[in-house]
Amino acid sequence: MTITSMCPHCAYPVLAGEAFCEDCGRAIRPGAPGACTACGAAALGQDGYCGRCGVRQPTGRDHTEIQVATQTGTAAGVSDRGLRHSRNEDAMALAAVDDVTIAGVVCDGVSSSPRPDAASQTAAETGAAALVSELRTGAGHVRATRIAVARAAAAVATLGTFEDAPACTYVSAIVTPGRVTVGWAGDSRAYWLGAGPVRLTADDATDGGMLTAWLGADAGEVLPQVKTFEPDGPGAVLVCSDGLWNYLPSAAEMAAAAPHAAGSPLPTAQALVRLALQAGGRDNITVLVIPFEKGSPLQ
Amino acid sequence: MTEQPGFTIRVDQNKYLPAGGKEVHAVLTVESTGAAQAAPAAQAAEVVIVDTSGSMAYGKIAEARKAAQAAVDTLRDGVFFAIVAGTAHAHMIFPPEQRLIQADPHTRQAAKDAIGRLQADGGTAMGRWLRLAADLFQPFPHAIKHAILLTDGKNEHQKSWEFDADLAYCTGKFVCDCRGVGDAWVVAELRKISSTLLGTVMDIPDPKDLEADFRAMAQTAMGKAVADVALRVWTPQNARLKFVKQVSPTLEDLTARRTEAGPQAGDYPTGSWGAESREYHVCVEVQPGVVGQEMRAAWVKVVAPETGFQYAAGNVLALWSDDLAQSTRINQRVAHYTGQAELAELIQDGLQARKEGDLELATARLGRARGLAEKAGNEETARLLDNVIDFDPDTGTARLKRNVEKAAEIALDARSVRTTRLRKDPES
Repeated sequence: MTITSMCPHCAYPVLAGEAFCEDCGRAIRPGAPGACTACGAAALGQDGYCGRCGVRQPTGRDHTEIQVATQTGTAAGVSDRGLRHSRNEDAMALAAVDDVTIAGVVCDGVSSSPRPDAASQTAAETGAAALVSELRTGAGHVRATRIAVARAAAAVATLGTFEDAPACTYVSAIVTPGRVTVGWAGDSRAYWLGAGPVRLTADDATDGGMLTAWLGADAGEVLPQVKTFEPDGPGAVLVCSDGLWNYLPSAAEMAAAAPHAAGSPLPTAQALVRLALQAGGRDNITVLVIPFEKGSPLQ
Repeated sequence: MTEQPGFTIRVDQNKYLPAGGKEVHAVLTVESTGAAQAAPAAQAAEVVIVDTSGSMAYGKIAEARKAAQAAVDTLRDGVFFAIVAGTAHAHMIFPPEQRLIQADPHTRQAAKDAIGRLQADGGTAMGRWLRLAADLFQPFPHAIKHAILLTDGKNEHQKSWEFDADLAYCTGKFVCDCRGVGDAWVVAELRKISSTLLGTVMDIPDPKDLEADFRAMAQTAMGKAVADVALRVWTPQNARLKFVKQVSPTLEDLTARRTEAGPQAGDYPTGSWGAESREYHVCVEVQPGVVGQEMRAAWVKVVAPETGFQYAAGNVLALWSDDLAQSTRINQRVAHYTGQAELAELIQDGLQARKEGDLELATARLGRARGLAEKAGNEETARLLDNVIDFDPDTGTARLKRNVEKAAEIALDARSVRTTRLRKDPES
């Protein structure tokens, strides 16, 4: 190991790969996981207070709720820190593409990577923005989905290097009358909730739960899986992180827990998050519920 | 120990600070269920020290004998105890040799017989009495150790440096409650002992009241279930713990009693606990945070300092807000005890000024104290103040009484540190 730099706080020499200063104990790069956002000390307690300066870590993402309305209905999303994690490393985005089309993205930061919360936030925002702009300029749903994943992947890759790569999963859904298009990389999921509930995604993960696809500087080129689905009747598309589906893995279980998803997206999302919290809330929980109406796609 | 006594901490504060605000106040209510009280598991040790100086002659020594005998009657079987007589030296009364002896019907009777033969003759050197008590307790490091010290006079047969050295020798070794009988003792002297040894001081103007008081004190001592409890206070780096005060049942500034307890933490001794509730006022000066930021300004734990065992913990928080309605609100409990501390200070300052002949300052201080006592509901304090000043409730003006009984002055001084509790629990 060679000395590559100096600690920005105390000027102590820092070796390559070290996240925290050996001398003063503070984070060498701002935003390092486990570092206090106020003083940089690697001394965060489980209750969210820094053991050095006492500052409680930011809570803006601890619990968020969003809603987006079109003529066909109102989609909703809820994201929650859960009970065990000190911060929410999930991120979500919802956007109205046009009067009848809604796009949603859920990303789950990979906890073993640095700054996973930054990765997921960047991916969700970039992905949703790309979906909107591509769809509005006439791209097909599949093509728009692929472009959005590529842009999100590129944006996350710029957050780090191969050795220091913030990473996250990605799943998107475009819901328009008559058609649903999902795309994903990783183990965040989409479900169809209606007559005959079905899981729309297949996890990019080994049986042991190791991810086989993700977004990040160490991920190489991301080739998402993309699927289009044409439901027969009304219902809802549910997009979520594993903080929810770990408690309700099968489509039948998910549908049973969300009987009014199509008519009450926000209460459904809230209820599902509550259910995950009551079941232990071991991970961050994020869920989008996008109502679906059968009909011919407007074009 | 199989059953740990239960402690709880409740924190009363307004955590909201204005932008740039630095000073965080909180009142901590620490309550011990004293679960072990029904069957006290911890070993107890008791030393009763009776002043037998020449001035105790006549009525006082007779009442002191009865009081000490009542205390002995209150000791449980198995408690280790001794009776010490104090003059210019300390004398073992019972047992005759320098050690503690276990209470049983036989030893209790023998002790009472020995107390019955106490005679008043000699000087006063309290430090030496206490030093003997400390030595008697020495073989019982883990027991709940308590002493009662009764005197009627000034500590005039030892130099103050020797007294201070004796007190330092005793610090942390046992808890001592002090009682002054008559009107010739000095409140400041007994307060110094009781403060250092984490006990109480009380005036007993009439020797006849000694017996009941001693019995009550011994009963309280027997109810203690856990010895050597400390408040462990963590504060953020670059913060300053301005003070830690016990504010109920009596005022006791613990700030200078800190011993370091790991990074950014210090222990403040509170002595031994039975089933009781005490309150502490903590003030921390922190580095201001940005609006919206929340900080743990202090993390207060009730611990056994020797083992680090934690009985309870509470957070004192700071949250910077740009909403003045939030940040200007003063917590009722903090306000109440701030007022109680101010009241005690006014009384002590006023009495001191009176002693020094500064009648103007004395009148101003005691007059303000009288107004404050009435407002805060300290009825007893108001009554005691009325023995020293004439107060006109209409105009709020005060006049020093020309002739004040010494006992009235002592009572006011000694009881100035006793606080009232908030009558109703404020919703915080």
